[in-house]
Formats: sequence, C-alpha cells, structure tokens
Amino acid sequence: MFPELIPARQMRRAIDNWVDELVANYADTLETLSQPFLELLIWIEQLLRQSPWWAVVGAVIALTFAISRRWKLSLAMGALLSCIGLLGLWDRGMQTLALMIMATGLSVAIGIPLGILMARINWLRQIMLPVLDVMQTMPSFVYLIPVVMLFGLGKIPAIIATVVYAVPPLIRLTDLGIRLVDAEVLEAARAFGANSRQQLFGVQLPLALPNIMAGINQTTMMALSMVVIASMIGARGLGQEVLLGINRLEVGRGLLAGLAIVVLAILFDRITQAFGQRQQARRGA
Amino acid sequence: MSKIEVKGIYKLFGKQPQKWLAAAQGGMSKEELLAKSGHTLGLRDISLNIEAGSIHVIMGLSGSGKSTLIRHFNRLIEPTAGQILVDGQDVTALPPRELEKFRQQKMSMVFQRFGLFPHRSVLDNAVYGLKVQGVKRAEREEKALYWLEQVGLKGFEKQFPHQLSGGMQQRVGLARALATDAEILLMDEAFSALDPLIRREMQDQLLVLQEKLHKTIVFITHDLDEALRIGNRIAILKDGELVQEGTAEDILLRPATDYVAAFLQDVNRSKVLTAAHAIHGGIPRLTLTSSPAEAVQAMSQAKQDYSAVLDGTQLKGVLTLNAAQQANANGDSITTKLIDVAQIAGHTPLDELLGDLLTERQPAAVVDENGHYRGMLARSKVAQLLGAQVA
Repeated sequence: MFPELIPARQMRRAIDNWVDELVANYADTLETLSQPFLELLIWIEQLLRQSPWWAVVGAVIALTFAISRRWKLSLAMGALLSCIGLLGLWDRGMQTLALMIMATGLSVAIGIPLGILMARINWLRQIMLPVLDVMQTMPSFVYLIPVVMLFGLGKIPAIIATVVYAVPPLIRLTDLGIRLVDAEVLEAARAFGANSRQQLFGVQLPLALPNIMAGINQTTMMALSMVVIASMIGARGLGQEVLLGINRLEVGRGLLAGLAIVVLAILFDRITQAFGQRQQARRGA
Repeated sequence: MSKIEVKGIYKLFGKQPQKWLAAAQGGMSKEELLAKSGHTLGLRDISLNIEAGSIHVIMGLSGSGKSTLIRHFNRLIEPTAGQILVDGQDVTALPPRELEKFRQQKMSMVFQRFGLFPHRSVLDNAVYGLKVQGVKRAEREEKALYWLEQVGLKGFEKQFPHQLSGGMQQRVGLARALATDAEILLMDEAFSALDPLIRREMQDQLLVLQEKLHKTIVFITHDLDEALRIGNRIAILKDGELVQEGTAEDILLRPATDYVAAFLQDVNRSKVLTAAHAIHGGIPRLTLTSSPAEAVQAMSQAKQDYSAVLDGTQLKGVLTLNAAQQANANGDSITTKLIDVAQIAGHTPLDELLGDLLTERQPAAVVDENGHYRGMLARSKVAQLLGAQVA
C-alpha cells in the first residue's frame, strides 16, 4: 500500500462541498451572465434553420470564393453541404453548424488574445503550458459534471465543454506563430519607432497568420469531435442523432449522422486551409 | 560638437549585469568574467565621436560586438553602463514614448538580412517609417516612390519582397530607411549578404547618395575592403573592445596593434586607397586675382615649387615658382603663365594611376565628382601609401 500522506477522502469531500456551494451561490449569476451568449447562439441557429437551404448553400459558396478565389473549390463546398440535406439531416446539420460557429467564434475570441499574451509574457507562458496540457488531456466528462451543475442541461454547457476542449491548439499556435516571427523583421519595426500596438497588428499578427489559421483549423476539427459528447448534455443536432443510433442500436442512423459530421469537418477544414494557403501564397513562403 | 557621442558604453549579457559591472569596469577579462559569473561581456568601455555628415565604419569579426554596439545607438539593446548622446541629447535616458519618437525622426536602419516585411508590397515596405509616424497616405506614398526611384526600383512598387533578388531587396531596405528623412542612417552589415558584384554596386550607390544627402552614416561591416572603401573614419572592435579608431590612412599606415596589422595583411592597398588619399597637403592655393608677388611668397613660405590656381572651386591650372618669378619681374598677370594639368577623379583607385604616374612628369590634380578641386596628387605619398610595410 502506498502510504497515505494526504487524506484523499477528505479532499474529495472538500471539493464536492466547494462545488455544491458554488452551485448554490453562483448558479443564478452565471446563468444571467451566459444569457447573451445563449441568445446569440439561438439567433444563429434560427437564421440557419429558417433560411431556405439554397440560401445557406449559396452563402457557403460565396464565402469560400471570397476566401479562396477558386470557383471549383467553392462549388465543391456547396455540393458537399447539400449532401447533408440529401442524407435527410439538414435541420440537425444546421443546429450543429450553429453550435460550431459559436464555439469557433468564442475560441477565437479567447484563444488569440491568450496566445498573444503568452507570447509576450514569459511567466504567463510558464503557467499556461501545463494548464493547456490539462485542458487537452483531462477527460471531458470530469468537467462536464460541474458545468452541468452550474448551468443546467442545454446549449451553454455544451458550448463551454466544446471550447475548453477545442481552444488549446489555437492558443498554442498563436503563441508559436508570434514567437516564430523573424526577429530581424520585428527589430526593423522597432527601429522605425513602431509602438507595441503597431508591432502587434502591423507585423506580428499578420506574419503569425498562417499558424493562427492552422490553429483555427485544429480548433474546428476538435470542436466537431465534441458534438456527440455535447449532445449528451442536451445540445441538439447531429450528435444527438448519433447518440440515438447508439441507444437504439440503429447502425444506419448513426452512420448517416456520422457521415454528416464528417462532411461538416471537411467543409470547415477546406475553407480555413484555403484562407491560410492564400495568405502564404501572397508572401511566397 | 559631434553628431553622436558614445561615452563609456559597457554591455554585459546575463541575469544580473549590474552586479558584475564593477568587475568588468575593474578590468576583469572576458573569459574570467564568463567563468566566474556566467555573464558575457558584449562591450567594454566604448567611446566614440561620430561627426555629422560622415560615414563612420565600425568593423570587426563576428562576435566582436559591432552589431551589439550599433543597436545601442537606437536602443534596440540597452547598455549596462554609459551614455549615448545624439545632438547632445542622452538617448539612454529617453522614456519609452520619446524613444519611439526619436527612432521615428532621428535614425533609420538598414539590416543585414534586409528585415523587410514579407506580407507588404515594396511600396508598403518603403512607406513603413512614415506610416508609423502617422503621415498621410498620399504624402507618404509620394515620398516612398521618390526614394524607390532614387535607388533604382521604379516600376517594382507592386511586387512583394520575395519576388526580388537580394540586391533589390536591400535597395527596398535602403529606400525605406531614406524615406523618413532621418539625419542618421544605421547600416548593420547592410551589404554583407550580397554577392561581391552587387555589393560593389551598392557601395557605389551609397557613396553617390551620400554626396547629395550628407547624412551621418554608421556602417557596420566585417569586410576591411568595404570599410576602407566607404568609411571616412573606421573603428575596429575586437572582443567588445575598441582597438583602433581613425581614418583609412591611419589604420593602413599606423595599425595600433598586431591584431589590426594582421587584419591588414590581405588588403590590396592599391585598390583600396584612392587618389583622394594621396593628396599633397602643402600645395598653396591661389586665385586668378593673386598677384605674382603673392604667388612667389606663398610658394616660398610653403617650400613648394608650384601652386594650384583656382577660380572658385574649379582648378584653372598650375603655376610654377619659376613662372611666378618671371611674371613678377615682367609685371605680367599670373593668368598668362598657367599650365594645364591632368585632373583625376578622387575615387580613382591608386592602381589605375600607377601607369600614368610612372610615365608622366607633370603634376596632376584630384577633383571630386562635381569637378571641384580637392588637391594635388602627391607622388611621394602614393609611393608611401603603397610601399609602407606593415610592422
């Protein structure tokens, strides 16, 4: 037996009590705070579900073209999205798409600033690196329980779980991208008297962009892999369909929904990659 | 007053430079300091005066601290001790905002590996300094276009740096530095990454631009030929210490240490030293209105047997002592006695003059690019410059 140096049982209980207290005292506050996010998510979802399918397909084609300037790719993306409709999963697909857009948006809003801070402040980097490791390896069910206790079942805990799982690669790659900026190029900006804001937005971020785009790409992929787990705590969409398939042993239902998730993944992947590639082609890297 | 005064700069790299500063100031050697404290001595007690309008070369091998030193001028690196005065203002004491202003207005910099922004077009690179200053778009683009044209890049504005050759990229770097109209230009091994032909071309271009602009240029190089070719004065660094500072002649003819002498061994003096180096200091200058008596007196005073006669800054001819005495006796004007002499451009290397010097007996004059008289070529000095043995 390993000698018991710390009373593990008491520690567990202390953590339980702490979470209980948190739930008792702050659940309402947190719910109010999360309300705007919920409303935004619902708005995106309504927009996607209520728009006619051809408008959404058209928007994806236009977006891909705006990013890549390649007609073939844009049309292929439109056709791919239509596949979800062909599989009979259009409505579920739009629910998942809304969740992905929201999760990716939040990840970008959190991940890029954090990555920038990490690149600038060494002690923050020392703290953040192990935290990111924990975020990526800790089984998501461990934090799903307290999150559900705090926010209740539904979309918000699903979003939080997705972001916690999906944001680390974006933070890491933003930090890396900024650190990899050629020291002499940054020195040139300093030598001409650029202040730190001009250095960041004029030099560091644009040059880190290929890495940041790779981070966003990774984030969307990881977010998509969370949809089934998210559906366990009440997020609707394709994940729910997979879950139903598992519960009812309907392999066909599960497979089709799984394929639709793959389709969404390819969409996100190709569009974000196309953006990164075009940036790199311009600077000839 | 010098444009830039460097006073007692020390730089220690490590965790607690201040703690070990006293030891370094006390004369502890670089090796001992590293062994005892883990600190690297970057620069030791560097003091320099850089005159306005001159090209001051700082030369040394890699690791000599030259790139560290140039980064102290605009404080890309903070000194551990010492001061840098630019126009009498202590740069080391500037608060952050004023330091930014100072960098925007007083100094601009050209980098060894160009330091261009790969995501910006040539034009957007060239406007960068002005953009940082907040100059309006139309004005900054007009200025940048002018300088791009000056460095020979007209028509390349829309290209991106990676589409240009190394030499052209460095021209962009030069245009970017010139566009801010800063009085001081810092050039950190600006031409070292270029191949020899392009390097020579860029040196020539820099010298031509400098003729017009009269900027104060601090030029870092590890190439002695380059240093001697473009530098008005040269400072030689070794292991973070200044070993010699002086004109190209001082260094070539009077190397201060064995280290400098060893450096000089491979230099082809006849290619490095130019006609301008071999000017005779003692030849009297007369004007067209000088009387024969004044001419005789000037020449006997200077103990010379001829003198240069100028109209403004143009050489009109040479007057010999004999001719002046004759004119004095006959009551003629000196203008009737002038002899035409060959005029040599100041930047002509001595090796191109040697043939003529051996066959011609006539004196020759040295003039600058605009035909202004600089002095008479001294044969004895040519012989001395080329023949001097390095101890």
